[in-house]
Amino acid sequence: MANKTVQFEIKRQASPDEPAVWESFELEWRPGMNVVSAMMEIAANPVTADGRATTPVTYDSNCLEEICGSCAMRINGKARMACSALVDNLEQPIRVEPLSKFPLVRDLQVDRSVLFENLMAVKAWVPVDGTYDLGSGPRVFPQQQEASYPLSNCISCTCCMEVCPQFNEETGFVGAATIAQVKLFNDHPTGKVFKEDRLRALAGDGGIQECGFAQNCVEVCPKGIPLTSAISDVSRDVIVQKAKDFLRG
Amino acid sequence: MASPRIIVVGGGLAGLAAVIKIAEAGGTVDLFSIVPVKRSHSVCAQGGINAAKNLKGEGDTPALHFDDTIYGGDFLANQTPVKAMCEAAPAIIDLLDRMGVPFNRTPEGLLDFRRFGGTLFNRTAFAGATTGQQLLYALDEQVRRHEAAGKVKKYEGWEFLSAVLDEKGVARGITALDLRSMELRSFAADAIILATGGIGAIFGKSTNSVVCTGSAQSAIFQQGAHYANGEFIQVHPTCIPGEDKLRLMSESARGEGGRVWVPRKAGDPRPIKQIPETERWYFLEEWYPKYGNLVPRDVATRAIHKVVYEHNLGIDGQPMVYLDLTHIDRATLNRKLEGILEIYEKFVGDDPRDVPMKIFPGMHYTMGGLWVDFNQMTSIPGIFAAGECEYQYHGANRLGANSLVSCIFGGFKAGPNALAYAKSLAAPGGDGGHAAELTRQSEINAKLLKNEGSENPFKLWRELGQTMTEHATVIRYNKGLKLADEKIVELQDRFKKVNLSDRSQWANTSFAFARQLKNMLELSRVVALGALHRDESRGAHYKPDFPERNDERFLKTTKASYTAEGPSFEYEAVDTQFIKPRPRRYDATA
Repeated sequence: MANKTVQFEIKRQASPDEPAVWESFELEWRPGMNVVSAMMEIAANPVTADGRATTPVTYDSNCLEEICGSCAMRINGKARMACSALVDNLEQPIRVEPLSKFPLVRDLQVDRSVLFENLMAVKAWVPVDGTYDLGSGPRVFPQQQEASYPLSNCISCTCCMEVCPQFNEETGFVGAATIAQVKLFNDHPTGKVFKEDRLRALAGDGGIQECGFAQNCVEVCPKGIPLTSAISDVSRDVIVQKAKDFLRG
Repeated sequence: MASPRIIVVGGGLAGLAAVIKIAEAGGTVDLFSIVPVKRSHSVCAQGGINAAKNLKGEGDTPALHFDDTIYGGDFLANQTPVKAMCEAAPAIIDLLDRMGVPFNRTPEGLLDFRRFGGTLFNRTAFAGATTGQQLLYALDEQVRRHEAAGKVKKYEGWEFLSAVLDEKGVARGITALDLRSMELRSFAADAIILATGGIGAIFGKSTNSVVCTGSAQSAIFQQGAHYANGEFIQVHPTCIPGEDKLRLMSESARGEGGRVWVPRKAGDPRPIKQIPETERWYFLEEWYPKYGNLVPRDVATRAIHKVVYEHNLGIDGQPMVYLDLTHIDRATLNRKLEGILEIYEKFVGDDPRDVPMKIFPGMHYTMGGLWVDFNQMTSIPGIFAAGECEYQYHGANRLGANSLVSCIFGGFKAGPNALAYAKSLAAPGGDGGHAAELTRQSEINAKLLKNEGSENPFKLWRELGQTMTEHATVIRYNKGLKLADEKIVELQDRFKKVNLSDRSQWANTSFAFARQLKNMLELSRVVALGALHRDESRGAHYKPDFPERNDERFLKTTKASYTAEGPSFEYEAVDTQFIKPRPRRYDATA
């Protein structure tokens, strides 16, 4: 077909204080097209389907190969990465809107810095003594590496937080991504030195007890991270830690 | 004396490595990044990181790593810093291991290593096929730890615009733009480290991330910094062509045994699996029996071009060849390459465990960059550079899995050197040039916002990318390079009539992009003209009209300087004190 086209409906909002409006776009179909390449096309020719001049869409993106975690948005109602959202696999008109659980910046861009704050709060790092040469690291058997590696693949896209019914202002829940990182570092031979601190950080309000086991997180995760089993494991450890702390008085 | 203030621009591996060293030495850092640092382009590195740990009993040594790197780079790299890097690499791997990078392991619990291009040793440590991501996260975590301790302040979502220079031309800070509020500010610093990555965007589509525009390098080039070896651009042999970018298919696919081939018969109509071995042409294995599929990237890329454009044997007449992993068992593939196999599956729709991948070369890496001395300082006093944005470690062609080590090594050098420099710096006269630079930048911004005309910056960029890809990548002719330069000059002229379709003052991406584009155009001339002037073939720079390396004339570093009339060029001798240049012949069998 010579002039096959693709229909988009994009939710626009010029700033947090302005009302949201939907704009329609009709773009020329191209093989392999994804939602990000459609945004690029709009930037080069910012005209709506009814011929009205508009502005290029503001959105986050960087690697375009689903590894940087930037371009999370809602596409046809589903939280996912825009780069790997191939137009040919989507029902049209393709409805694109920003993640709904994070402060809106503009159009499809939201502020997800809360995840990085959470990672700081749970000390999601291995406390090395220094970066000078201290010889080789601890021995790690392949089985342990194969268990850790999937958790270490988290791209901080926040899709798991977006779809979690418990992730909201009322609960202050940290969300699945942070809990999975707690498991990653608590399982590390050196990282476990902060295990108790991390578990205590997840013990209070907004901690792991807020999880309602809806299991939406594990379904939506673009990297297939075993989030629910990580939550179960950490949940058990938090309970044990609470009991220990109680007995210690 | 108050603790010196250091600014690091860029939060990829090199920038974060520098931040960690400064924080560890007791310094404080302001870290600027366009994206949250965890989303930097380093995450895209896939296959691994080189270090001669010799854990496979092959007799590998840092000296052999050094020789492979120099030879792979066709003797253009200064040898002193490369030697130091190769010697430091084993300890860098150990450090990353201690930081918790989930490297693949041997049954004994030791680091596993695999082969990569341009070497005969298993020298590449790896974490599946997402090594860059895992390394960046390890450094990101350490930086977050220093941030929690108050030693690092992050400015994420800020874009570097320019250096602030005092009346003597010494760096005293930077100007930067808040990409949300569009606020322009200047920040004081006693030393600055640029770690702003490659320049893929000037080729339109590449394997690079969106932020890899080279805008920061270009900005300080226009303020007087030298730019070295700009013409050396790596085109990676195996990428998936796409609408929005070219997606990398890691060299590790071949390191694990992947084979490149085409059907011997043009347009062979049979299903792939029914084409017998004898009717498949494994051209890399035939032409390069010693290295096979693991020749350096420039060699593999030219071979693919030759098969497609001279032998006319591209698959289905298209510019594509097969990268075949289907002879390797699925469990091994999943354990060692899953990350890249998923990329292919998601973006192409076929499972590369069952069907050979269709790939083609694409722009990948910037060997050239800001000129720096052996202390990583640019020609502007007080501005250091590390990582892909500088030129030091890869000569005329980078070997696979050397980029991650060069980024971390460069950052580890730049950090302490910047701190030492800053401690000995005398106070500036007056305000150090801040007011004047702020005025200059706000005038540029105001003019751009209200500029009248009919040119869309994103369309101009497409034209730039097409021109650069056509004339300044795999095969270069002087006629084409002249055309490219004329085109760039035309685009620079048309840029004067650029019209932003968005004139708002909140999260205006067109505005930020137009500023980047202006800088991309300046840097593109450095690449095109640098290539035009270099009448020889060396590493990734290949001219059919000058097919041989010419050491007498061109065993020299190209150094470009900015002038209002366009870049001017001079040449500097290369440090070859350790390894005498010899012919680079990967087709030799001995």
